[in-house]
Amino acid sequence: MSSNLDDMYREIILDHFRSPRGKKEVDRADISSDGQNPSCGDELSLQVEMDHDVLKDVHVSCRGCAISVASASMLAETIKGKSFEEVKALAETVKKMLKGEPTELPDDLGDIEALQGVRQFPVRIKCALLAWVTLVEGMKSYENGHAGHTTVSTEDGNGKTEK
Amino acid sequence: MSTDAANKTGKPVTLDAFDTERIKADFPILQEQINGHRLVYLDNAATTQKPRVVINALIEHYRKNNANVHRGLHTLAERSTEGFERTRAHIARFINVPDTGEVILTKGATEAINLVTYGWGEHNIKPGDEIVLTEMEHHANFVPWVTLAQKKGAVIRRIPITVCGHLDLSDIDKIITPKTKLLALCHASNVLGTINQVAELAKRAHEFGAVVVGDGAQAAPHMTVDIQQLGVDFYAFSAHKMLGPTGVGVLWGRRELLENMTPFNYGGEMIREVGYERITFNDLPWKFEAGTPNIADVVAFDEALTYLEDIGMDRIRAHEMALTKYALERLSEISGIEIQGPQDVESRGAAISFTDPTIHPHDISTFLDSRGIAIRAGHHCAQPLMRTLGKVATARASLYIYNTESDIDALYDALLEMRKYFGV
Repeated sequence: MSSNLDDMYREIILDHFRSPRGKKEVDRADISSDGQNPSCGDELSLQVEMDHDVLKDVHVSCRGCAISVASASMLAETIKGKSFEEVKALAETVKKMLKGEPTELPDDLGDIEALQGVRQFPVRIKCALLAWVTLVEGMKSYENGHAGHTTVSTEDGNGKTEK
Repeated sequence: MSTDAANKTGKPVTLDAFDTERIKADFPILQEQINGHRLVYLDNAATTQKPRVVINALIEHYRKNNANVHRGLHTLAERSTEGFERTRAHIARFINVPDTGEVILTKGATEAINLVTYGWGEHNIKPGDEIVLTEMEHHANFVPWVTLAQKKGAVIRRIPITVCGHLDLSDIDKIITPKTKLLALCHASNVLGTINQVAELAKRAHEFGAVVVGDGAQAAPHMTVDIQQLGVDFYAFSAHKMLGPTGVGVLWGRRELLENMTPFNYGGEMIREVGYERITFNDLPWKFEAGTPNIADVVAFDEALTYLEDIGMDRIRAHEMALTKYALERLSEISGIEIQGPQDVESRGAAISFTDPTIHPHDISTFLDSRGIAIRAGHHCAQPLMRTLGKVATARASLYIYNTESDIDALYDALLEMRKYFGV
């Protein structure tokens, strides 16, 4: 076995890939956001039900590689019940972790920590980020009082491009 | 310089005598270990590996003959020019063209097609004209034409594909019509492998006076290409997909068309006389070769052509057909693997795209790489085709002269292992 390969596809990641969390639809989609990595063809759709400033429930479905599916599944598992501000901070942490920028990893990062191995595969970082970028765009739109859908691409080249 | 693979006996060589192991030994990179495994290189539609003779020719040029071409009056300039023009003459013979002035050296097939778009299309495509493309074009033979059509108010028509991955010619009378000004099509598809009936379609397009552009990037490396038989007006291909260095492409064009075209790049080399009032352009082919060309790589490409000819293009085609047949059979043994493109090896080349029902092509590629196997995964610069196929991406194994059944077996074994690894 290539150790490199096992670093990326850790058992936790493969488990999320085989049985993704967050499949159940939400009762009310207060946030609805779609994301894609055009060059990979990954497609992700995400809905969040809000309860005041808490992300009460989340539904996510992702068609893509093991990394993007597992990352979306982990996101669904982790953000439920967290406040808007907490999730924003978490998204920042995950981004920094994946890009290899210095950051304190919180204790409650859970399975997400397993994504660190993706750093060794630069072209796959955007796969791990897809769910987070899609969520953050949806949250921004919600915050600004925009109803309806947001669509985000990790490769649209207007500042949101994640390498 | 001849190659190890050359048939020195002069006897007719059968397919059995296609000595792939000896060919393999001519490619230093194939001795590399990748992630602890023997390199199994199956990404030949993207670029091929280089035989020792080509690598040595590059070194030799820089060590002994380096100078700029066409302008100098010293020994090295003469040697360099001689080497550069020798390759041009060789290319002309390789594609059965008597007039070397019709062979323009570019930096790749993409630039060759763009040269036609700018040099010919800009002046000849008018509002309402129709440009016919196929549904299986690489972006290199798609984006330039669609962009030109948008600029000129021309209309893009497309020849669809059948479920088997052939061009669907059932409505061709409605697609190629008196309005058709240009037909641009690939000789062989980089995704489906399909070999298209270029001659038949060119003939049809010519009945209406249209110009025909053939994209030979996936054909010229794999089979005998005879420009006279194809009957196209322009034909483009890349050296690096046929054992040559990167940065060299070929545009062949009919003299009468090339002579009436405007240059693509302006500068040195492409002029005859320059003044403030008046500039006259150089003769063909130099009119289209402004600036210092990619000399060393062009010089070394000569060796690649010799290497291919020593084996014989017909034998290369026969070898690839046999190997493709084997690969299609083995891949079909894996349940759920879906293969794109024609199943009969007569009408297809050696690029084999496939998908797994659960595992994304990028995961397939990453896993195979861990076993030393190089394939391509993605949309293969053919997004319109991917949409037609209903795929966002495919995995693609593409074969060449140095591949063997054992390479296919390695792919097969690794795919089974991959299934276990991902637990699907």
